[in-house]
Amino acid sequence: MGDYAVPAHFLLSHIIHNKIIKPKPITSKTIEIGSKYSPEFVCTPFKYTLGTLIEGLDSGAKILIQAGGGCRYGYYAELQEQIIKDLGYECRFYNLVTAGKTDFKRIYRMMKEIDPKFSILKVLYYGSITKRMLKYMDSIDHYIREHIGFEIKKGSFEKVKAEMLHKFKMVKTHHELKKVYQKYKQEIENIPIQKPENPLKIGIIGELYTVMEPYSNYELERTLASMNFEIKRFTNVTYLLFQKHKKVKQYLKEISEYVTYQMGADAMDNIARAKELCEQGYDGIIHIKSSFCTPEIGAMPILTKVCNDYNVPILFFSFDTNTSEVGIKTRLEAFYDMLEMRKKR
Amino acid sequence: MCHCGIIIHKEKNTTYNALGDKMDKIKIGIPKALHYYYYGTMWKAFLEELGCEVVISPNTTKDILEQGCKLANDEMCLSLKLYLGHIHYLEEKCDYILVPRIDNYGTFEQTCTNFLSLYDIVSNLFKTPLLTYNVDVAHKKSELEGFIHLGISLGKGKEQSKIAYFHSIEKFIKMRKKQRIQELKKLNMTNIKLLIISHPYNFEDTFIGNSIKKILSDLNVTAIDGEMITLNENRNSEESLSPNLYWKYNKELIETIPVIKDNIDGILFLSSFPCGPDSLVNELIMRKINIPYLNLIIDEESGSAGMETRLESFIDILENKKTVR
Repeated sequence: MGDYAVPAHFLLSHIIHNKIIKPKPITSKTIEIGSKYSPEFVCTPFKYTLGTLIEGLDSGAKILIQAGGGCRYGYYAELQEQIIKDLGYECRFYNLVTAGKTDFKRIYRMMKEIDPKFSILKVLYYGSITKRMLKYMDSIDHYIREHIGFEIKKGSFEKVKAEMLHKFKMVKTHHELKKVYQKYKQEIENIPIQKPENPLKIGIIGELYTVMEPYSNYELERTLASMNFEIKRFTNVTYLLFQKHKKVKQYLKEISEYVTYQMGADAMDNIARAKELCEQGYDGIIHIKSSFCTPEIGAMPILTKVCNDYNVPILFFSFDTNTSEVGIKTRLEAFYDMLEMRKKR
Repeated sequence: MCHCGIIIHKEKNTTYNALGDKMDKIKIGIPKALHYYYYGTMWKAFLEELGCEVVISPNTTKDILEQGCKLANDEMCLSLKLYLGHIHYLEEKCDYILVPRIDNYGTFEQTCTNFLSLYDIVSNLFKTPLLTYNVDVAHKKSELEGFIHLGISLGKGKEQSKIAYFHSIEKFIKMRKKQRIQELKKLNMTNIKLLIISHPYNFEDTFIGNSIKKILSDLNVTAIDGEMITLNENRNSEESLSPNLYWKYNKELIETIPVIKDNIDGILFLSSFPCGPDSLVNELIMRKINIPYLNLIIDEESGSAGMETRLESFIDILENKKTVR
């Protein structure tokens, strides 16, 4: 999923001795394969991940690992395993999460099966480095999102970031990681930018896969940056893995006038974020999701109400495997013009 | 809950007039959609024992469907659209509307995410005050607690609510047993027997299910409702089909398949478009069973003509198979 392949590969390559096949970046071919074998009205991430898994098998993978989450995502693994077996592939399929619950004993047994030399100590050590790496990556991304729209030389942020990720792959200790991070942080902060005093600020919220996988949202963030927006996005891996469970209660309290209960996946979180963005004076909000994402669909009427109450425009995108890129661009341009007009007034 | 205070206050206003004479009972609306088809009898018994008047919305009409589609988001599933239509019908016809929030009956007994957000969607879209109770067994919020809470928000005592709950659940179990015996009797029929795998809020609904029921009875087919056969004794028999399944309602449906599979001629999978759990579970089951099946997906534009043709040809195949045997 986007750049997160780097930490995932880092962790796995250090804790197990099997050969790891790096997933190819998602292409239109991936989607074609994925949609061909998927049920008709399943949500889009199912199609993307199925396509990726099949491409992995084609390049020789024998073991597949799938996770799960708090909505339909938790059931992906079982059906994908069946589809892959029906297609005649021979492989072992491991599902890390069942019914939205992580059972560490079960995972330990699974890892032992995959690699008999598997050791807990290594997991703890490299796990802590990976956690830190994720945190660094997310904080750099956060900075980049706020400034990339105003870089003087196009592509300078992305170039430095790619270099940093490359260096991240080779670190061995916490100390090395920190050094690399500090070096590149400085480099990124020194990139010349030309930021107007009061730029248009936009917040991106929505379903986690679509938000984090740039291919599935048709490079929305890049398009927004080229329109000179300052971008803010909340969902990232650090949030999902390490912060979400702490934040839930606080979020529910903040939006008690709209929402009383948790709504599955990140739906409730997104409503709280929308309110936060409205209160912080953002000019607009973009909500993105894959088509048929049930929790987000449930959140949409409430999001509309929140934005109405605060008088902040919100744009909804629902991405499918065959959404037209030109259509997205046209809608974004119209949204931009509208925001600019509002700001001038 | 923030609602309690308001509700008791309002109840005092409506139940007694200035002279202290009793006035009308509190009117509580129940939309005839989604969980009504599971818990409707229970709610009615419970609320009536506590002295409320229950207003149930009528069977789905064209108007209800249209209103629902207008209110809902276009990607919402048909069943949820119908639910919103029913709520719209009840507005201004009652003092409160009952919209429960049922999350799960345990880690492996979860419901669809629409059921989690239902209360919040309705409370943001409509003005009529809502009554609710929360079931989240995985986080230690049992159904009993939920009903006691419901009783308290109606201004009744804890004990009284508890007793009413037990009475209502007794009634509910009795009804389910009776339904099950009736449904199992159908297995002895000699004509074509078709197992219906469909959520009751789809199959029992007049807009979605009625035309299919009629077509089937015209074709002289016995339709066996998979949901009604479910009872605790065949719990976990579904594990042979799907060990990791964690949706309560889908579990209840597919666990009937291994139990009666030798007694039926075919299976009809009926779901509303685009049902989240069904999209995955039914696909998996279709890949695993070797019984003839038909998969029908219904949306608000489905005409009965197309369905009739598909059902007819499916039944033809089943009949041929039966005579060859």
